[in-house]
Amino acid sequence: MSALLEVHDLRVSFPDRVAGRIHPVDGVSFDIERGKTLALVGESGCGKSLTSLALLRLVPPPGRIDGGSAVSLDGTDVLALKGDALRQVRGRRIAMIFQDPMTSLNPVFRIGDQITEVIHAHFDVSRQDARAQAVALLQEVGIPDPAERLRAYPHQLSGGMRQRVMIAIALAGQPELLIADEPTTALDVTVQAQILELLDHLRQSRGMAMLLITHDLGIVAGRADHVAVMYAGQIIESAPTAQLFEHPSHPYTVGLFGSVPRLTGPVERLTPIAGTVPPPNAWPEGCRFRPRCPIKHPKSATMPPLLAVGPGHAMRCWLAEDER
Amino acid sequence: MSAEPEAPILVVQHLVKHYDAGGFLQRDRPPVRAVDGVSFDIGRGETLALVGESGCGKSSVGRTILRLQDPTAGTVQFEGHDVFALGREALRVLRRRMQIIFQDPYSSLNPRMTVGEAVAEGIRIHRLARGADVARRVASLLEEVGLDPSYASRYPHEFSGGQRQRIGIARALAVEPSFIVCDEPVSALDVSVQAQVINLLRDLQERRGLSYLFIAHDLAVVRQIAHRIAVMYLGQIVEIGPAESLLRDPRHPYTQALLSAVPKPDPDALQDRIVLSGDLPSPSRPPSGCRFHTRCFHPLRDQRCVSEIPLLRPITGTRVACHYAETVAVPQVTASSAP
Repeated sequence: MSALLEVHDLRVSFPDRVAGRIHPVDGVSFDIERGKTLALVGESGCGKSLTSLALLRLVPPPGRIDGGSAVSLDGTDVLALKGDALRQVRGRRIAMIFQDPMTSLNPVFRIGDQITEVIHAHFDVSRQDARAQAVALLQEVGIPDPAERLRAYPHQLSGGMRQRVMIAIALAGQPELLIADEPTTALDVTVQAQILELLDHLRQSRGMAMLLITHDLGIVAGRADHVAVMYAGQIIESAPTAQLFEHPSHPYTVGLFGSVPRLTGPVERLTPIAGTVPPPNAWPEGCRFRPRCPIKHPKSATMPPLLAVGPGHAMRCWLAEDER
Repeated sequence: MSAEPEAPILVVQHLVKHYDAGGFLQRDRPPVRAVDGVSFDIGRGETLALVGESGCGKSSVGRTILRLQDPTAGTVQFEGHDVFALGREALRVLRRRMQIIFQDPYSSLNPRMTVGEAVAEGIRIHRLARGADVARRVASLLEEVGLDPSYASRYPHEFSGGQRQRIGIARALAVEPSFIVCDEPVSALDVSVQAQVINLLRDLQERRGLSYLFIAHDLAVVRQIAHRIAVMYLGQIVEIGPAESLLRDPRHPYTQALLSAVPKPDPDALQDRIVLSGDLPSPSRPPSGCRFHTRCFHPLRDQRCVSEIPLLRPITGTRVACHYAETVAVPQVTASSAP
């Protein structure tokens, strides 16, 4: 069976005064199976958010998706769609939620109107039916007194409640894939736990696939089926979640794990990665992690391809060849 | 890194900070009770972490201690001085000993001042050096926080978040403080950079014998640096004690929920997760009795929690404000001792 979403060699470029064109997303490929969660993990500027925007053709100008990129949703070539056909995918078959619900909700419209607007945009239903669906959606995302809350304005809700409303709006199109871009980064930890729990529950009850974009390895554990780690515009390691946590292999992934403070075990000095992520116009030749890498592999002046490490596990590092 | 029996550097007693909520049209709105009777002390060379979620009052505590805002009530003794009783000049002298670093150093750095000027500002104001000595001091401070001394001639916008935080730290160190309020100093940083800054703060403490009030929401980060931890909820401390006891055997249900909610990079850590229901109540109208009773999951929770305010009292390793702290609400939710 083919995957729900297949992304192949996705490249997004922007004009740059220094380098001519830069490629913040540079040859990204991954699949998402129906009903499964893929986590795209990386630090600021690695290209993870831009990747998700590209899937919905929302790359902000003057950026563009380069030729040769392919995004296929159940056989539909997303990058070739126009007009109505594109709207059938965007917000309908693929929905998206963002980090800060306050900037995505319109402050001058009631919650109810913002939900029914989406329902009317995608389905031919009466006003009463749309309203009933909106109530059901708010109920589904765990908002108490949903019928009452339809009349609320965004500022009258807490951060956690706003994110629930955003999720309800995303669900209104009955999507097959939900893209969640740092959905809990702006929330307090106890509220974050509530929202992650809710997303997990919805994915299971609706059989929806999810692309979870995050900088936090902690929220990936136990939630995603597969993890792809991004660095400098590329996927540098990809593995089933349990495998990645047990055997992180790319020196960057190992460095990330060494940087994460833990609540268990003895308190040991953290072992951070040296230096900082270079900007896209200053990426080094060859392996992009080379200047910060503790290994200094002799072949690192040549860009490594994604090399197999184990079943479903690959990394963009020459070490994979040595270990075989 | 040990807390010692000598006199604490900072003693905070019954600190209260209320903000008037009403504007012209809403004069009778009750004040926001951001800090409502907080007491603690910090020893020399010690780090006390103040932990809680947004709106719990932890940042207000830090700012009020430094008198960046006026207290509503309470006292703060710093190195034997009553901070709230000092006049302008005495306060200026004392401020040299107490510094603050912020979550977003960019908003606290003047964009038109070079890094060198920003770091030198305090040195000049407090006349700690003059002439070529100033530049020499700036260079050695930049080096101490892991920056190239040549950066002194550059501007804040040329630096990444982690580098800016290092500049903020160099600026705080410039006046040779003994105590630094660190207000969410690593929350805005990527994990790899966050780890660098945590290690830097630890090294500086060791080298200079600094005391920290470390304000944060992430218990895993706090564990890396704190000797003691105080957990705040709605303007009050609900549990306080040595870091390892509080993390190993938390006795307040809110501490347990907070610990349980920390995302753990471990696929097996998902069991026994406590997910608190509901939202934080308004700090203008805190619940009666125990402020946590509206969200509490303790099996013994009863009418007493609604009517009677629990006071901090010693339980096993920590002091806890819960009527039923002797009974552990949910076992096995906490940090295990196994690696």
